[in-house]
Amino acid sequence: MRRAALWLAALALAGVVLPPWYLVQDRLADIDWSGGWLTEPDHAPAVSQALLFGRWWLWPVLATAAAAAASLLLPARRSLARALAACGTLGLLALIIQGYAIGLGGWRFAVLEAVFGPLGDRQFGIGTGATLAALAFLWMATTGLAGLGFFRGDPFTAGAVGTVALAVILFTFLPIASLLSDAFRTSEGTYTLGALFGRLGDDRTWGLACLAGAPRCGVAWNTLMLALMTAGGTTALGLAFALLVTRGGIRFPRALRTLTILPIITPSFVIGLGLILIFGRSGIVNQLLYGAFGIEGGRWIYGLQGVWLAQMFAFTPTVFLVLIGVVEGVSPTMEEAAQTLRANRWHTFATVSLPLMRPGIANAFLVAFVESIADFGNPIVLGGNFGVLSTEIFFAVVGAQADAGRAATLALVLLVFALGAFWAQARITGSRSYVSIAGKGDGGVHPPLPAWVRRLCLGVALPWAGLTILLYAMALTGGFVETWGRDYTPTLRHLVRAFDLEWSARGLIWSGVAWNSVWTTVKLAAVAAPLTAALGIIAAWLFTRQSFVGRRALEFATMLSFAVPGTVIGVAYIYAFNVPPLELTGTGIIIVLCFMFRNLSVGLRSGMAAMSQIDRSLDEASFTLGGGGLDALRRVILPLLRPAIIAALAYSFVRAVTTVSAVIFLVSAEYELATVFIINRVINGDYGVAITTSTALIVTMGAVLALIQVVVGSRRIRRRAPALAAGARA
Amino acid sequence: MTEARKALDVRFENVTKRYGEAVAVRDVSFSVAPGTLVTLLGPSGCGKTTTLRMIAGLEQPSEGRVLIGGRDVTGMPPAERDVSMVFQSYALFPHMTVLENVRYGLVVSGRRKRDANEAALAALAQVGLEGFGNRLPSELSGGQQQRVAVARALVLQPGVMLFDEPLSNLDARLRRHMREEIRALQQRLGLTVVYVTHDQSEALAISDEIIVMNNAVIAQQGGPRDLYERPASAFVAGFIGESNRLAARLEQRGPEEGTVVLGSARVVLPHHGAAEGAITLAVRPEAVRLVPVADPAAALAGTVTAAAYLGATMEYLVDSEAGEVFIVCPETGSPRKVGDQVALAVRPQGLCVLAA
Amino acid sequence: MNAPPNGVEVDAVSFAYGANVILDDVSLAVPRGEFFAFLGPSGSGKTTLLRLIAGFGRPERGAIRVGGRDVTGAPPWDRNVGMVFQNYALWPHMTVAENVAFGLHRRRVPRAEVARRVEQALDLVGLEGYGGRRPAQLSGGQQQRVALARTVVIEPEVLLLDEPLSNLDAQLRVEMRGELRALQRKTGLTTIFVTHDQEEANAISDRMAVLDGGRIQQIGRPVDLYDRPANRFVAGFLGTANLVEGEVARQQEGLVFRSAEGIVLPAPDDVAPGRALVALRPQALSISENGRAPSIAGEVRRTEFLGGHVRYAIEAHGLTFYVDEPHLRGREALAPGTRVQLAADPEQLTFLRP
Repeated sequence: MRRAALWLAALALAGVVLPPWYLVQDRLADIDWSGGWLTEPDHAPAVSQALLFGRWWLWPVLATAAAAAASLLLPARRSLARALAACGTLGLLALIIQGYAIGLGGWRFAVLEAVFGPLGDRQFGIGTGATLAALAFLWMATTGLAGLGFFRGDPFTAGAVGTVALAVILFTFLPIASLLSDAFRTSEGTYTLGALFGRLGDDRTWGLACLAGAPRCGVAWNTLMLALMTAGGTTALGLAFALLVTRGGIRFPRALRTLTILPIITPSFVIGLGLILIFGRSGIVNQLLYGAFGIEGGRWIYGLQGVWLAQMFAFTPTVFLVLIGVVEGVSPTMEEAAQTLRANRWHTFATVSLPLMRPGIANAFLVAFVESIADFGNPIVLGGNFGVLSTEIFFAVVGAQADAGRAATLALVLLVFALGAFWAQARITGSRSYVSIAGKGDGGVHPPLPAWVRRLCLGVALPWAGLTILLYAMALTGGFVETWGRDYTPTLRHLVRAFDLEWSARGLIWSGVAWNSVWTTVKLAAVAAPLTAALGIIAAWLFTRQSFVGRRALEFATMLSFAVPGTVIGVAYIYAFNVPPLELTGTGIIIVLCFMFRNLSVGLRSGMAAMSQIDRSLDEASFTLGGGGLDALRRVILPLLRPAIIAALAYSFVRAVTTVSAVIFLVSAEYELATVFIINRVINGDYGVAITTSTALIVTMGAVLALIQVVVGSRRIRRRAPALAAGARA
Repeated sequence: MTEARKALDVRFENVTKRYGEAVAVRDVSFSVAPGTLVTLLGPSGCGKTTTLRMIAGLEQPSEGRVLIGGRDVTGMPPAERDVSMVFQSYALFPHMTVLENVRYGLVVSGRRKRDANEAALAALAQVGLEGFGNRLPSELSGGQQQRVAVARALVLQPGVMLFDEPLSNLDARLRRHMREEIRALQQRLGLTVVYVTHDQSEALAISDEIIVMNNAVIAQQGGPRDLYERPASAFVAGFIGESNRLAARLEQRGPEEGTVVLGSARVVLPHHGAAEGAITLAVRPEAVRLVPVADPAAALAGTVTAAAYLGATMEYLVDSEAGEVFIVCPETGSPRKVGDQVALAVRPQGLCVLAA
Repeated sequence: MNAPPNGVEVDAVSFAYGANVILDDVSLAVPRGEFFAFLGPSGSGKTTLLRLIAGFGRPERGAIRVGGRDVTGAPPWDRNVGMVFQNYALWPHMTVAENVAFGLHRRRVPRAEVARRVEQALDLVGLEGYGGRRPAQLSGGQQQRVALARTVVIEPEVLLLDEPLSNLDAQLRVEMRGELRALQRKTGLTTIFVTHDQEEANAISDRMAVLDGGRIQQIGRPVDLYDRPANRFVAGFLGTANLVEGEVARQQEGLVFRSAEGIVLPAPDDVAPGRALVALRPQALSISENGRAPSIAGEVRRTEFLGGHVRYAIEAHGLTFYVDEPHLRGREALAPGTRVQLAADPEQLTFLRP
């Protein structure tokens, strides 16, 4: 522990002495590192800030860093631990308090101004120095607590808990809380409940006029209705697919499984786009109808029916993946027992298999429900006059009538819906999960489907699969014709405009219009993916393998953050991180953070699923053999998790690239993302460039995932000998 | 040849373990002498596994102290105690070879690779698996996997070695063979071993001392013969070996002994504190003989209600006035049949008055 | 008059999984009402054979008959067999009563009748009044009884039990095997019981088939298999056996067996001269004081106290012999290192072809 303390104290001291304390606008390379930076007010470290520039509120931070270093002199282990815990906590608190108390205009809160008098100074957001110091204090506190016996005495676990907790609080709860507080704000700037209720009661949100024939209903009702329809439809479809693939005895189950990859690599609006290309005003179907029968197609695709159709295509595969796990999770001996009791295939299916799948099916329904209410890309493209909460929030923020209060209120309503579904999910999976973990004596095979069920599933699934393929074909090739709807001569003109490359005297020039956004996206996603996967795996390890005080609370809080729809997160981020101490808007950091916390669920779920396959006694064996938490994680768990880690990396990357709803608010002039670029092109009517860029994106993502499959597939944990040979020798 | 570390003793002082409302272990105290094999025996849920895990450090007591080698280790993580453990499922790391598994503990504590390998090979030789170093756990049979688990725990030369129902995943025959090996290893190396099982014949066969647990407390503690011959309660009498519980009477109660009347037999036995009058008498199945009906030594008369052939012995169930009697008979030559009228004689050495 | 058909007949059945042969030309017949055991180590094919009889999987060659009817191609629900699985397979979303009633509903038995028979079945297994509970609320032993009730209530032709006791504590195992036996006696059901524990098979079956490597090694009553094993495998598998290899030759006093290590034993007249394998059960040897012939000299290596008897591992002529001596209070076990003389009971020797 002493060694760790030494490093952490060094880190804290480094944080306050070397790098700039505040966020610098200039690039790191431009700073005069030869010595000028120590005295330059913008670049100076905390030491100089306090000494030279009279920023006295930094003294507590400096003092605790020095105290931490001094505590290394304490001989006794327990006293060192106590000192570390104290210094770490105090340092962190001091940092946080001074960061929030003093902002761009001096004292943040009127009460402080009243007490201390006007400040006459200000400070910016925290930079590298402050971040290093903060991390050092955090880990000092956790290491100290571990030394005192908390977290079973394991400093690594303690540190992991602290980091995950701080990350979740800082980057999920804080933004949401600050966003929601806006819902309570009146136009004068005070916070009242009345303001909230006033906004909640808005007719635009809850009106039911459409039932009486008026064109619009409240967006809240719209959202609910759409979600229920989508959830119902996708669950039915997904179940049909899942049953076919696992028990239908079809010849190419893998082909169906591959179809499920498509929506993962596709930004959500692409499906909407494809639908427009087929069914829109200048879509193919309309053209055919006009040409063949003289019927004007009209704009029937825009509105509830169009969005619903798009969501069905988009979310069936996700639901399918969930249901595959459920269908395969039914213990085969349950079904075999029924068969020996006279139940033929249909009876077994109806009285045993389906009831056992019920909780899983309910869970899948809720997953689709949550996806639907959080969806932004499809409603914005196909919604027409049919507004849902996510699009309304968008307009309330960036539209002509920017209304922060309204945006916050709508976000609150959306959040409540999501939390409600999430709570229902927890109730179902918590209490009555019938999925069995195969144990002793459960070596059976699933019986094949009853004949007419199989026919029904085929009848539903195959046409749907065909439609999906058609849709994607349209969506991917639409950019390769001159002008969709009028001139179908194939051309590469749009592709060239998007991705042109030129050779010049100075080397390669990326002259295509799409390059900037694509590179930015790839860069930021590539930075975010490993961080996401790492955080997710560590959190998964903490929740499944460790027990410590507050584990359930942390687990609940982290899971809760997944319930927040993307739009809400995006808005929350720009409100929360616009001002010091975390001044991140307009930077790449905020986008990376958004990617990380939006996609944390990928690493977490994949990690938890994989770790539940690894028997706990493996960790315990490592503990009794002298290893600590880190040894168990590093030497035993991680090697066994390799496929899951790689999958988490791949999916985090892909999801980051295809995010729309969250990042639409976070892009800036310097950081333009590909998905936003595409949407802007669509809004401007520049379909050609939009679609070719989409296609390029989708194809690249597909290649990435295919590569991952190959890598993971070939490097499985060394091949097992045939089961029979091993078993026979026992 | 590395010198063996000293075997340590284990002491539990008033240890209680609670999970919320439920009490898994209640005010348990015992000590394990160094170099002995002590078994924690009892039915599922009695608290034996929890107790073992508290010695390992995988669980912490809610109250009380755990001492190993005289040192108070309560609250210390497993890595800092001088114990190693063999798990029920062996818990071999599937992605490591046998050698990597066995040397794991040494590598983690910072030993040089070369030394670690040497020690690991020596441990493998001790369990009879020389040459298996490069195999993967999935390529081994159940018995071999178990030996790797033992070697892995052994290589650290622990002060105390713990076994958590190590044989329950093996076939019946292999179980007997492996338990002999474990016992032989323990005696050869002079290890302190704490062993958990629910199989009383296993416990009797290999232990220096047995601690019988029931419902979170210790029911009785003692050597195998003590427990078998002098069970202190009905539970222990019923759990260790087979035992009949028959209705009898106690008369002429003296300070230590009294006259026990069973049917027409009268025997003087220690009364273990029972009061005069109706008592329960524990009778070992092999202490009952089938005798001709008119035999004067006969104590009880009865009818055979079940007969079973077990290869080496015959087992009978006889309905008598004192209750149902279960008999084990070494003569398999002329077996009785269901419905036969028989007479039973008892040997005094196989009787025990139950205290309560 | 025709004899009543056998409960189950397996006729030259072979089964393979890909390239692995699991069962090789297996034939046996289980008469009506018999309690029959399939006994063998892991991988011997015993569970596969049971599952084939149930209808899970189809043999490549051979036929299976239940109650005289050829069911080789029939699905499980058409076979009129009842099966209890190793993990009981009780449906968690149904109550105990609903579990037990399942098979009856399939056969369109009227409601009142269903209720009555469910009650009866639960009584039979000692679980009166448990109908309203859920499987998750029951202990392992109780779950097993519900699984039994569920199969027994439909009055199947054959009852199949797949290692039903292996998930229970040692103590409970002994109790439940007695109850299984009693139940079978009461109902008279033809029963086939799979186990790897020879003590279990010995205790409760009428006859058994010993399998190894997908082949039947021997079929017969437990006592016959124990006293007259057909080969080395059966001798070693059913209880402990001390095995000694050697030669039987004719001497002037009769046939004599002599092993390479110098152990000499008398052989009965009906043993053919030549190479032979002698199996001695632990109870066939006894430790004698006066070296009464035939005797073997040895030294005690280990003792195991087993309650009713003590098992000694005695080293003699380089071989290890297991000898059981009864234990009663007051008698001390011999310490390791004691030199002893072992007397072999000539009546108890079994001679096998090596």
